[in-house]
Amino acid sequence: MNIQDYKGVFVFVQQVDSHISGVSYELLGKARELADTLNTEVGAILLGSNVEKLADNLAEYGADTVIVVDSEELKEYRTEPYAHSITSIVEKYKPEIILYGATAIGRDLAPRVSARLKAGLTADCTKLDIDEQTKGLRMTRPAFGGNIMATIISPEHRPQMATVRPGVMQRIAKRAGAKAKIEKPQIELTPNNKYVEVTQVVKKVVNKIDIMDAKILVSGGRGVGSKENFAILKGLADVLGAEVSCSRACVDAGWIEKDQQVGQTGKTVRPHVYFAVGISGAIQHLAGMEESDIIIAINKDPSAPIFDVADYGIVGDMNKIVPILTEKIKAEKAAKLGV
Amino acid sequence: MDFTLSKEHEMARTLFRDFALNEVKPVAKEVDETEEFPAANVEKMQKLGFLGIPMPKEYGGQGCDTLAYAICVEELSKVCATTGVIVSAHTSLCAEPILKNGTEEQRRKFLVPLSNGQKLGAFGLTEPNAGTDAAGQQTKAVLDGDSYILNGSKIFITNGKEADIYVIFAMTDKSKGTRGISAFIVEKGTPGFTFGTKEKKMGIRGSATYELIFTDCRIPKENLLGAEGKGFGIAMSTLDGGRIGIAAQALGIAAGALESTIAYVRERKQFGQAISKFQNTQFEIADMATKVEAARLLVYKAAMAKDSQKRFSVEAAMAKLYASEVAMEVTTKAVQLHGGYGYTREYEVERMMRDAKITEIYEGTSEVQRMVISASLL
Amino acid sequence: MKIIVCIKQVPNTNEVKLDPIKGTLIRDGVPSIMNPDDKAGLEAALTLKERYGGEVNVVSMGPPQADAVLREAMAMGADKAYLVTDRAFGGADTLATSTTLAAAVKKMEYDLIITGRQAIDGDTAQVGPQLAEHLNIPNVSYAEKIDLDGKTLVVQRQYEDRYHTVRVQMPCLLTALGEMNKPRYMTPGGIFDAYRKREVTIVTRADLDVEDEKIGLKGSPTRVVQSFPKSLKAAGVKEAALEPEEAANFIMEKLKEKFIF
Repeated sequence: MNIQDYKGVFVFVQQVDSHISGVSYELLGKARELADTLNTEVGAILLGSNVEKLADNLAEYGADTVIVVDSEELKEYRTEPYAHSITSIVEKYKPEIILYGATAIGRDLAPRVSARLKAGLTADCTKLDIDEQTKGLRMTRPAFGGNIMATIISPEHRPQMATVRPGVMQRIAKRAGAKAKIEKPQIELTPNNKYVEVTQVVKKVVNKIDIMDAKILVSGGRGVGSKENFAILKGLADVLGAEVSCSRACVDAGWIEKDQQVGQTGKTVRPHVYFAVGISGAIQHLAGMEESDIIIAINKDPSAPIFDVADYGIVGDMNKIVPILTEKIKAEKAAKLGV
Repeated sequence: MDFTLSKEHEMARTLFRDFALNEVKPVAKEVDETEEFPAANVEKMQKLGFLGIPMPKEYGGQGCDTLAYAICVEELSKVCATTGVIVSAHTSLCAEPILKNGTEEQRRKFLVPLSNGQKLGAFGLTEPNAGTDAAGQQTKAVLDGDSYILNGSKIFITNGKEADIYVIFAMTDKSKGTRGISAFIVEKGTPGFTFGTKEKKMGIRGSATYELIFTDCRIPKENLLGAEGKGFGIAMSTLDGGRIGIAAQALGIAAGALESTIAYVRERKQFGQAISKFQNTQFEIADMATKVEAARLLVYKAAMAKDSQKRFSVEAAMAKLYASEVAMEVTTKAVQLHGGYGYTREYEVERMMRDAKITEIYEGTSEVQRMVISASLL
Repeated sequence: MKIIVCIKQVPNTNEVKLDPIKGTLIRDGVPSIMNPDDKAGLEAALTLKERYGGEVNVVSMGPPQADAVLREAMAMGADKAYLVTDRAFGGADTLATSTTLAAAVKKMEYDLIITGRQAIDGDTAQVGPQLAEHLNIPNVSYAEKIDLDGKTLVVQRQYEDRYHTVRVQMPCLLTALGEMNKPRYMTPGGIFDAYRKREVTIVTRADLDVEDEKIGLKGSPTRVVQSFPKSLKAAGVKEAALEPEEAANFIMEKLKEKFIF
């Protein structure tokens, strides 16, 4: 393998029902940065049925070239036709880097591709940068349940491949009107034993996420005061795309369901952000949430132990603060969408 | 001498511990407060073979050993002493005497369902006037044709009413004293066999403790366990084995209280630091842990002695005496280290302290254990 | 149906603690367990065997101590157990691991291979699909329900916002989601038999037809160049004298700093 033959930073663009997943824009943003550092181009791999129309969106968020494979066989995600398309593209265009979203699609597709190409793959990266000397990709990811970070390289193989967790990278500001070069390679997609048949697609209607899987939790304690007041927390949770959880006291009081309880006798959670609202922070509660990345506490009692573990503590009345915060976020979000 | 447990015993401990933490611990508090027999968990244990651990496979058991059984009772009792004693009474006091003294036919009929989890067992020896002095049996069994007719009552019977099969002791010949006592297997549902008062207890409150009443209860002659007049010996050797189970229960209670306390003192802050930073706490924990470990060695030694077919009465008595007294001492200290919280029902050490007390009393009081031990020496 | 379940022994990462002073990982005394997703896969396999007959064999690649997870699998009901172990396999990344496993599995009979979706120590989710690629069979990842229809498996394949019902021809490979079932407990007698009456077959380098360049460190295209503890939290900020409006602004500012929205 002559490493010098491989040029360009490619992104596998995940589209579902012709809707581009947010992580793909984020990856384009990162790819743009990496490509600029390497003085090369950003290629977007767009697979699907009747998806060419999406190419402009990709250009506006950083793609120089969009490689489109349009086929009925690619309508619903299936491992084999997707893996075959990507490996064919790699053989033809020889990118030095390919990024995938660490999604239920990307985490299936990327390993299959890596095994077919005998290329290295690093999962769930939270940081990507270019080594100044070697110009190789440095991929940093958490391991051991997030207790440790590891930086990984793939010095002798190309392409260097990584999956990246959604929400980690930033998309670039929209380049309105930007156009990309469109490439449409001829790729044979002939069903074989590895083609599976998708007989049913069922979208989840009620989407009550397990609090253990939530990225953001708005958690209430005894200080919330009543079952009705939980609506205030629900309001904040809704604008943040968060879930509502609680301390034991609220379950005992019958304000909220047991499966939303955090703590020793409830669930252990590790969200990105944990709002502890009106929670004093008894040891039993802390045991269930102290590993959260960011803890924001609001409590009337300045000596509440929750403040010992909070990254940001506010001494004050949740009934006043939370509704204002909810409105501000709502306003800010509306303003963003308007841009 | 090797104090290392075999890999199979270690893995069995992992199993019992996982089961205890996932299934038993979440309901332990409720079982104590409602005083309800944890029937759902007993059924789960029956399906998993926890009620036939030391019994041979040919009789529906798991084909493990007394040590594995003791570890099971220990791990269950760490989180719920009620659940521990249910397994102990069933295995040691009902299945075991049938295995040791039953005919092949009795083993097939009664031991197999006890071991494979279809039926639960109990043991009836104690009477209002025959506690430590078990020889004072007043329940009578009179042979009448092909059956014995039982009359009398038993009290404080663990697994009472919940169990399907009971090993019952009764006088067949009053004139012979202890040699006039015989053992019988009695099934629930036999006419004339009813249940009286359910005891309201200080601890192990989910364990069903009942009075058994026999009124002209006619049982088939073939339900005589062992020979007529051999009942006292059967009762005593059964209790030797039972003491290993109770010792394991006591060990579990102590070890559970120690674990809870270690977690608590690390978290609880006073004077600006965790109370585990104070030397008093450290020394108390050190003493508690040392005693728990010593109790564990005695319990395992007794179990291993039984497994190697040696005499184990004295080992079992020492294990039970020591482990039960350690359970009482360690749980009392656990409550003390928890301070005011420890006295509330919010914290499990409160329950553990109440549960511990019975281990010094049933299946031979501490005084009886001292009698057994000293008799072997003097 | 012949099913192979691949299982990994992993440290129980829930119990991994950081040394608060040095910031390093404390691995001593951390118990090893069967990887949870793999255990769900084993449960699914045992359920299929109960319904349709056949056998469930388990394979683990790892150090000699990984014997324990294979015994555990047998105590749950697995039939035969294989431990793929050799110093030559050391230092393998996911590609070299899957290549080694493929070489071992190629010597066995199977209609279905089940792996866990991912292992809790590495969280990569790569070995399953890679193994399928080496064996040239189809794979369906993130399986949350598995049924048999003749020679075809009907799998419920989970995505973030939906699921697909997928028909896949055997032989094939599925990766199992931990949530798909509640794995059964071992039985005490099963544990004793697993240690006293059953065997774990050892598979070494010499047993496999695979080139040296494809296994172990040599066969690994990726390399860890640096590992470091996750940066510890700075001391928290407590604001005690803010008006509600100011407090809301303060939180907004922090959320923006951390790119929460």
